[in-house]
Amino acid sequence: MTPSGLSIRGLVKEYVPGQPVLRGIDLDIAAEGVTAIIGPSGTGKSTLIRCINRLVEPTGGEISLNGQPLTGLRGTALRLARRRIGMVFQEYNLVERLTVMENLLCGRLGYVPVWRAWLRRYPEADVARAFQLLDQVGLPDHAHRRADALSGGQRQRVGIARALMQAPDLLLADEPTSSLDPKTAVEVLDMLARLTAEANVPVIINIHNVELAKRYARRIVGMAGGAIVFDGPPEALEPHHLRLIYGGEDWM
Amino acid sequence: MSTQPIDGGRSGDAASTGGVNRVGSTSLAREWQRFTPGQRIGRWLVWLGMVAACVWAIRSIDIIPEFLADAPEQMADLLVRMWPPNLAHYYPTVHGALVETIHIATLGTLMSLGLALPVALLAARNVCRSRVLNTLAQLILVSSRTVNSLVWALIFVAVFGPGPAAGTFAIAFRSIGFVGKLLAEAMEEAAPGPLEALRATGAPWGSVMLKGLWPQVQPAFWGVALFRWDINLRESAVLGLVGAGGIGVVLDDAINFFHWDRVATILLAILVVVLLAEVVVTRIRTKLL
Repeated sequence: MTPSGLSIRGLVKEYVPGQPVLRGIDLDIAAEGVTAIIGPSGTGKSTLIRCINRLVEPTGGEISLNGQPLTGLRGTALRLARRRIGMVFQEYNLVERLTVMENLLCGRLGYVPVWRAWLRRYPEADVARAFQLLDQVGLPDHAHRRADALSGGQRQRVGIARALMQAPDLLLADEPTSSLDPKTAVEVLDMLARLTAEANVPVIINIHNVELAKRYARRIVGMAGGAIVFDGPPEALEPHHLRLIYGGEDWM
Repeated sequence: MSTQPIDGGRSGDAASTGGVNRVGSTSLAREWQRFTPGQRIGRWLVWLGMVAACVWAIRSIDIIPEFLADAPEQMADLLVRMWPPNLAHYYPTVHGALVETIHIATLGTLMSLGLALPVALLAARNVCRSRVLNTLAQLILVSSRTVNSLVWALIFVAVFGPGPAAGTFAIAFRSIGFVGKLLAEAMEEAAPGPLEALRATGAPWGSVMLKGLWPQVQPAFWGVALFRWDINLRESAVLGLVGAGGIGVVLDDAINFFHWDRVATILLAILVVVLLAEVVVTRIRTKLL
């Protein structure tokens, strides 16, 4: 068991009793670099990632981050654990009717008392950090635009900035580029990899695109049928592994 | 099957695979009728039931033919007595009562918003996960709506005594059901993604509601509030009939003393205010959405 990084032991998830989506996942992820999880749709990639921050409740198994167990946490303890885990979503999940700045500050809601959030009296350091992140994601002039006025790529940049506002120990990205066109996908992923490397935040990313996964990840985890069938560096990923992960070969 | 020719069903040697097709194409009756016999009987029974209900209703409400016959005459008489409206009567009596009516509607609506919000949060199934609380909240909303505002007014007149306070509470309690139901529906229609994202940041429940749910519900909230205010303006005009304040009191007096020219003034005043409110509310609502 590594004292730093993420440790998953025997993770099982059954949405319907007797039909496990995850069949006993064991996975250790170091506290640095990008780890990509690839696999066909419906194989439990999303469930795996959501079990980590407990948006999905695991049926069995243990998960711990930097030595602190995440499974079994409830109430405030769970909230405090979630603050340390940022998340980026496929559909961005911004609050559409709020401005970009407020969406960024939403990343601080775990740290800011409700009354301050209500009165929009966020600490100055948070606002300064938000402006800094807006510069870094390339949206310096968009602070006051409403989120629903942005393009897909811009929205995902805001989504990434919001996750980084948490100053997380771990960043989860659930198909962050699947709703974007190929060019924007590369730009957004490039930015995600760069910013998280600068901030020294480890990233777990679910991704469909094997080429992108190989390009940005230092480690690739291949899943099929709710189990891990490949785990290694991108160079080690051979066609026969992909056959094992996705089945068939007509698509390759 | 993909190698089987399309007309395979008609050739005698392919009877085993094409048999179903052939039987289907020859025995299917080429006749179209809109309803099956069962449906026809059912429709006939529904019509019969409706006619029976009407006949029963007409027999039970005891229409006296003589009164029905001279109704047009009576109406004409009433209109003649109303004309011309006694506009001099408007200020200060009717004016004061009208302003009081608007106050009752406005305060009652505000109060109902405050009361309906927590109930709506409990009723929305994506906000409150407890089925028991959902049902309880729905029960509160339904019971608020089933009791007519005049009945609410009678109850609050008994509590507070006659006057606008009773009217305000009657309006508020009557509106909880309407406002709460529409608010709960708006909450249930809110996109779950942003809420999930805020929960994932470790935000406390209050902040998730405030920053994730409220921005999504806000347009509906103000739309419902304005719409209900518009309705309440009309409802509060009659509350005076049971002594709950507002222009209804003046109207009731005028009718009791057969001052039909004053009645006309009051009805005109109500009409103008309701029309104005309608215009204002419609304008603001189109800007909100």
